[in-house]
Amino acid sequence: MAEFSTPTTAQEFAENFAQLKPNMSRNEALYESSRCLFCFDAPCITACPSGIDIPQFIRQINSGNVTGSARTIYEANYFGNACGKVCPTEVLCEGACVYNLQDVKPIEIGRLQSYATTQAIAENKKLFAPGLANGKRVAVIGAGPAGISAACELRALGYEVVVYEAKAQPSGLTLYGVAPYKITNEEALAEMAYLQGQFGYEVRYHAPITGRDDLAALEAEYDAIFLGIGLGHTSALGLPGEDRANCVGAVEFIEALRQRQAGTPVGRMVVVLGGGNTAMDAASEAARLGAENVVLAYRRGKDEMGAYHFEYDLAKGVGVRGLFNVAPLEILGDDYVTGVRFIRTAVADGRVQEVPGTEFTQPCDMVIKATGQAKQTHFLHHIPGLELDNRGRIVADAVGQTTNPQYFASGDARNGGAEVVNAAAEAKVAARGIHAFLSK
Amino acid sequence: MPDLSINFAGITSPNPFWLASAPPTNSGYQVMKAFDAGWGGAVWKTLGVPVINVSSRYGGVNYRDKRLVGFNNIELISDRPLADNLREISEVKKRFPEHAVIASLMVQSRQEWHDIVRQSQDAGADGFELNFGCPHGMCERGMGSAVGQEPKVLQMIVEWVMEVAQKPVIVKLTPNISDITEPAMAARRAGADAISLINTIQSIVGVDIDHFAPYPIVDGQGTNGGYCGPAVKPIALNMVKNCAQHPDVRLPISGIGGIENWRDAVEHILLGASSVQVCTAAMHFGFGIIREMVSGLEQYMVEKNFQTIYDFVGKALPNVRHWEDLNMKYQVKAHIHEEKCIGCQLCYTACEDGAHQAIRLQAGTRTPAIIEENCVGCNLCSLVCPVDECITMERHDDGTQHLTWKERTAAGNIPTTFNDELAGGRHHWVPEPAAALGKERHKTLPGKARALGVIEHKTE
Ligand SMILES: Cc1cc2nc3c(=O)[nH]c(=O)nc-3n(C[C@H](O)[C@H](O)[C@H](O)COP(=O)(O)OP(=O)(O)OC[C@H]3O[C@@H](n4cnc5c(N)ncnc54)[C@H](O)[C@@H]3O)c2cc1C
Ligand SMILES: Cc1cc2nc3c(=O)[nH]c(=O)nc-3n(C[C@H](O)[C@H](O)[C@H](O)COP(=O)(O)O)c2cc1C
Ligand code: SF4
Ligand code: SF4
Ligand code: SF4
Repeated sequence: MAEFSTPTTAQEFAENFAQLKPNMSRNEALYESSRCLFCFDAPCITACPSGIDIPQFIRQINSGNVTGSARTIYEANYFGNACGKVCPTEVLCEGACVYNLQDVKPIEIGRLQSYATTQAIAENKKLFAPGLANGKRVAVIGAGPAGISAACELRALGYEVVVYEAKAQPSGLTLYGVAPYKITNEEALAEMAYLQGQFGYEVRYHAPITGRDDLAALEAEYDAIFLGIGLGHTSALGLPGEDRANCVGAVEFIEALRQRQAGTPVGRMVVVLGGGNTAMDAASEAARLGAENVVLAYRRGKDEMGAYHFEYDLAKGVGVRGLFNVAPLEILGDDYVTGVRFIRTAVADGRVQEVPGTEFTQPCDMVIKATGQAKQTHFLHHIPGLELDNRGRIVADAVGQTTNPQYFASGDARNGGAEVVNAAAEAKVAARGIHAFLSK
Repeated sequence: MPDLSINFAGITSPNPFWLASAPPTNSGYQVMKAFDAGWGGAVWKTLGVPVINVSSRYGGVNYRDKRLVGFNNIELISDRPLADNLREISEVKKRFPEHAVIASLMVQSRQEWHDIVRQSQDAGADGFELNFGCPHGMCERGMGSAVGQEPKVLQMIVEWVMEVAQKPVIVKLTPNISDITEPAMAARRAGADAISLINTIQSIVGVDIDHFAPYPIVDGQGTNGGYCGPAVKPIALNMVKNCAQHPDVRLPISGIGGIENWRDAVEHILLGASSVQVCTAAMHFGFGIIREMVSGLEQYMVEKNFQTIYDFVGKALPNVRHWEDLNMKYQVKAHIHEEKCIGCQLCYTACEDGAHQAIRLQAGTRTPAIIEENCVGCNLCSLVCPVDECITMERHDDGTQHLTWKERTAAGNIPTTFNDELAGGRHHWVPEPAAALGKERHKTLPGKARALGVIEHKTE
């Protein structure tokens, strides 16, 4: 029996995808902020990739200066609200909180962070303004965490900024990729509208930059170009039968889910291929959409999965079943998927090897491939002199400048795929790098 | 089981816990409910002249998420008809003959005092408490703390009361005075049987920073009120001790001020109280707190092998001394129990910024270390450490020597210059002032500073 029945209304969808980190009431924020010790040289700050002054913002909440608290957060991280909800805090700030060493529940830093910023957004508190216009222009490609963060910082420094976004809405994977039980579309978009209202950058939607001509036009028109393009589609597996209907990429499945919500189609018996966080998300999401049977198939053992433990626990908690040490050989079926043929594997000397004679078939009516996102190498080759490393990541220096000096890059496109917080933090640094470059 | 009963200056009660004269003792209904719940006695809400109250009467002090660590009020004495109060006193007494019902009184003229004492006596009150304490509203009319602050006037009124009182008389003292023993001695001179203290402390509990008025706000304005609750306990304890130690007071003391659990009560008793009164805690949590108070006191007495309350009344008094009597050879130093440390470094920053720069950070761990030669044994780090028993103060002298300031003075042996061998702080090393500059920035830089390109650098 499925844990969840298929949601048919917005209400049912919201119940199945109930927020893991719901917004705090004022009272809860007061209680929780009261517990923070205001550590010296606090380890939570060190653990935050964007280095938010956590004890400071928590103390500000506690003393009733919630707006000041939001300012502290946003000064370090323009995705402060989203990060409070979507960050893997267990392995970042909250994982570093000193309370863990006493086996006491760590401070709920993420939820406090969202509390302060939610209030600032709701009340449209004016915290920032564009800097004095300096006459220079920067194009930002991609309105994801990296692109929007760069745009904010550049505006604060007085640049005219135009963001080119292929999709219809801003915030990148925060809106199209992150699991709906972490952040709602409304929340993600509210922060985007808030930031744009404060900084006044221009965003052009449905405006993909596709080839050499587009890039040449930007190069001519702008003093610098920031690449915040993230990663691409789900990589192909190269398996027979991969093109059957109902065999989908995880990123594409989740993107549809975030857009269609309750109307998202899902199979009754779903096989998810992969062992990373995206696989955990996709499996959880399939279960919450009402799939009766969700099997997570991974080539190696449970402990070797790339996913965080808490993400796997979350998937298990909604009824997902793990199937370890198996490799897919073929996606079976006619037009539609009917099953996956697997072979069992063993790991020898760190390498996965198939065990002959152990093939078996797992019947299913949907396959979700969570086997990583491809890099946008094809597009990036249109940029003269732009170097990529052997894993397809953009090569850049400490301040994000690429090997084509007019181009800067941050976020997934440069770090190969990390978290929202990394993209936001790195883009801020890159914007400073652009400023230094153009101020020469 | 230990015996919790008391005989307080002739007033008996099954346990030492009385409700103080205040809203919880406003009516027979409340007092009966309280006795039913387990309270030993009640000092009735002060009876006296007709009064009227304002609306919006209380203000609170919250500490972070903790409500009412301090409490204040601008309420006056009972605003119920005297006849109703007296009738209910007799009803309660009939129903609870073993419990103590004490009439708190506040009137003006000799005749009024005589009348009200007789009336409450007739109603069956076991004793009287003369309210010379209320710091607002009544003093403007020459009553309450206006009396309590004038030992001569206080003495005169107590003498009037003694002329007619056939039951024990307790004089309730106001803390709004520089030396609490003066009114206490006046009470004794007048022949009072006991004293109770403290009443509320004159206070402004807070200011509404949006409307620019003190709490509690009455139509946009406010006035000073009377402060009580957990925050006043230290002040009450000191005053109880002062009265208990004074050779010319020698009266039973009912301890009041900030008592909300058995531990607070024990502290009052160890400093000389032989009954305790509670107001704020009952107003905050209701009468049910008495169960915890009684059970805690019983357990304490069992563990200490005390048979009666009197086995420990004033037991801490011999150890409360003047500063000049303290042993200057005693030496403690902080010790960090590394296995308990959670690395918050509050001890480091407290000693570094607020004490004696006797704690240092160590490479490779967040657990700080004590610089023993610089530790003066002030306790600060052990007080700020959030982990129980993680920093303990360890004795470093061998316990064989004893020398007080008084003894040194008597021997003509006090330091005369700052560099004298005898002077304090001599071996205590203080960093050069300029070493402070930039030190605050040696910690992890928050993101704002990072993005501004400030190079990250840490100590170690
Ligand atoms: C399934 C999934 C779940 C995730 N869950 C979490 C999570 O819970 N918590 C977390 O912190 N992180 C999570 N992440 C990672 C996080 O979403 C990314 O690290 C982050 O969004 C990266 O930001 P970015 O701006 O670099 O790229 P993206 O968010 O990918 O944004 C890139 C933007 O650029 C646009 N674009 C791309 N190419 C072009 C072009 N040529 N022209 C115009 N526009 C273009 C895209 O449409 C997109 O809007 C998840 C990722 C995935 C895939
Ligand atoms: C609202 C209020 C009204 C009070 N009224 C009286 C009173 O009528 N007579 C009196 O003697 N003391 C009065 N008090 C003082 C209390 O009896 C008591 O002395 C004081 O509150 C300290 O005790 P606590 O810390 O337990 O509250 C009042 C206190 C409060 C809070
Ligand atoms: S580590 Fe925990 S307790 Fe310390 S400052 Fe950070 S959130 Fe507060
Ligand atoms: S006892 Fe005082 S001086 Fe000694 S280490 Fe602690 S804070 Fe510093
Ligand atoms: S205050 Fe206590 S827990 Fe915190 S660092 Fe110091 S010794 Fe460790």
